[in-house]
Amino acid sequence: MLKKTVSSVFAWKIPTRSLCTGVVNVPASTVAEILNENEKKENTISSNNVQQYDIAIVGGGMVGMALASFLASMPMTKQLSVAIIDSNPALSGSMSIKKEDPPDPRVSTVTPATISFLQDAGAWKYVEQNRHAYFDKMQVWDYTGLGYARYNARDVNKDFLGCVAENKVLHSALLSCIKDSDFKKTIYPLRLNSMTLNRSSMSVVEENMSSRESSSAQGQCAKLQLSDGSSIYAKLVVGADGGKSQSNQRKSITEEEFLKDVNSALDYGYGPHPTSSLSGTRDVFSWFKMGTTVSANESFEIPPKITKLASERMVFPLSLRHANSYASKRVVLIGDAAHTVHPLAGQGVNLGFGDAYSLSRIIAEGIALGTDIGEVNLLKKYEAERKPANIAMMAVLESFQKAYSVDFGPFNILRAAAFHGANYIPPLKRSIISYASGEQNFPIFL
Amino acid sequence: MAFRATINRILRHRRFPNSANSTLHLTNNTRCFSHAPSPSPSQSFKANDKDPHSGSSSLKDNELAKFAAISDTWWDSEGPFKPLHLMNPTRLAFIRSTLCRHFKRDPYSTRPFEGLKIVDVGCGGGILSEPLARLGATVTGVDAVEKNIKIAQLHADLDPTTSTIEYCCTTAEKLVEEGRTFDAVMALEVIEHVANPEEFCKSLAALTNPDGATVISTINRSMRAYATAIVAAEYILHWLPKGTHQWSSFLTPLELAMILHRAGINVEEMAGFVYNPLTGRWLLSDDISVNFIAFATKTQNTI
Repeated sequence: MLKKTVSSVFAWKIPTRSLCTGVVNVPASTVAEILNENEKKENTISSNNVQQYDIAIVGGGMVGMALASFLASMPMTKQLSVAIIDSNPALSGSMSIKKEDPPDPRVSTVTPATISFLQDAGAWKYVEQNRHAYFDKMQVWDYTGLGYARYNARDVNKDFLGCVAENKVLHSALLSCIKDSDFKKTIYPLRLNSMTLNRSSMSVVEENMSSRESSSAQGQCAKLQLSDGSSIYAKLVVGADGGKSQSNQRKSITEEEFLKDVNSALDYGYGPHPTSSLSGTRDVFSWFKMGTTVSANESFEIPPKITKLASERMVFPLSLRHANSYASKRVVLIGDAAHTVHPLAGQGVNLGFGDAYSLSRIIAEGIALGTDIGEVNLLKKYEAERKPANIAMMAVLESFQKAYSVDFGPFNILRAAAFHGANYIPPLKRSIISYASGEQNFPIFL
Repeated sequence: MAFRATINRILRHRRFPNSANSTLHLTNNTRCFSHAPSPSPSQSFKANDKDPHSGSSSLKDNELAKFAAISDTWWDSEGPFKPLHLMNPTRLAFIRSTLCRHFKRDPYSTRPFEGLKIVDVGCGGGILSEPLARLGATVTGVDAVEKNIKIAQLHADLDPTTSTIEYCCTTAEKLVEEGRTFDAVMALEVIEHVANPEEFCKSLAALTNPDGATVISTINRSMRAYATAIVAAEYILHWLPKGTHQWSSFLTPLELAMILHRAGINVEEMAGFVYNPLTGRWLLSDDISVNFIAFATKTQNTI
């Protein structure tokens, strides 16, 4: 009876304008494991043993777990049932991080904005229990030795510019935070094989309404097929499965050579150190002195030498990618799955945390107004909030990267002059710091 | 002058005292509602799509036909009902806040309307009914167009939370005859399509429990509304099919307040909807010159 109804549902005459059954194109390329299947007529839904969730988070990395933890911490969303699909073994057991472990090479810098999100969610206290390092000064200089810039947290009256923590510390902090609350989450240590969205046509009215069983309740959900053959249904699927970067270990140069290379890059290998301009050019800027930032008064600090490597070397391919759209019906992308950037400003994962935060707020708003969380208009609100900010950041980073790849005399001087400007013009410097700290979403340096 | 004072009172969200009758006396400077153009003023909004009234008001048959023609696309958020889908969250925000305040519910709960019986008159495809059901209410959706009810039922069955909505193809009048009453009565974007608004409001009042709430939203009969809701929306931007709205059927907020008052319902709050073309979102505002929504309660002493 059920099969008959289902097959007659799919046999409706479909007028040209309406939605059609079958294949759905999922936006970004990075959710590449998702294959498009054709209609799921056959094995329909035995409502007994198929699990239904409100949200399925594909990918339990830092950003995926951050989304789960933000949802768990808000009263409007903490009753949602969430499935996290990730085959990483770190998620299942509670692998404790011992202090004696050598530092993991995979670290991230979190901005003050991210730190405040994590504090709100109650995850930051777990980070502080493990290894972490706040930093308050940053020095950037040009390899030609013509200019440098120093940034100090005191410039914006803060204590720190950011914090560096190992990725595994951040990840386990988020996991502990979720475990603490009574959030209904289920972790599936599997991989996603495919996903189907049922876009059944609503256009032609069916006369026979007798079989309105609860099994058709899954009709509006996305069906995810996992690697062990089981399936789950979810009202909203969040793609947080990363930029697909694979790290590989290369042993082409020895450790000493590597150390020598790094030290010479920091030291005099590429060019002279910039002279600290305490005496010389200051006369020109002395009438700015009133508002000068603390860091403008500091001279150039020669970086310390590196003596030994504490762990293995790793190579990460860099990429710059951006999805065309972050949201479509029932699917949304966050973090590296939506955009990858150059690591030069330490912004990558921070953009991801910003995405998770914004999506969790939008979902809470949707629940408050009784909306179906997989509805595309709601998800587009998230996209409208994050896409411009992410693109702006990517544009800034990309232009930095391109500016540094050019080694041409007059251009170098221009670049150095820009550096000096950034160093000595206080309002510009403050707004650069606040943009990099995540407090400002757009690089409007006014 | 009295009318300006009244409308100001409405906007300042003050409860009408029981002696409000004196301020609502008719003066000559506003169009008297009973002379409003309507081909058959004595006919209330009865519609029966099985057999249309012979020789009856062509106005209401046209209205039904208009909606029946595009009923397939109710849930296509890019289709002819797109403006309604976009406006929906804004309407819900108003409803949520006024109803929570009136029924003393916790605004931070995820299902604040638990236990409330709400009727959505002119529910169409169920765009309003479904979120209300998700917020915990026991919802009854009624619409005069059979096709709409079918579409609404099908769509609501896809989600277990909304499959409890009771959809009936009937009219407000018939529900009154059945003697049903509800804690809250919603009639959003309906009254401008009705043949006799005054009778319609009387039906809405009869459906509301004492101390219950009535929420009505419609479009103001102003020049700005003509320019925006008709010329821009129908002819220039093609948001709505041409002929969806008749300017002469629009009601001004004051007229609406008056006919509701005559039916025993007092308007307590009014808000407007404003569209921001840059963000593509609708916002609640004090500007009631185009789209507006009114929250009213049934007074103890009905007329």
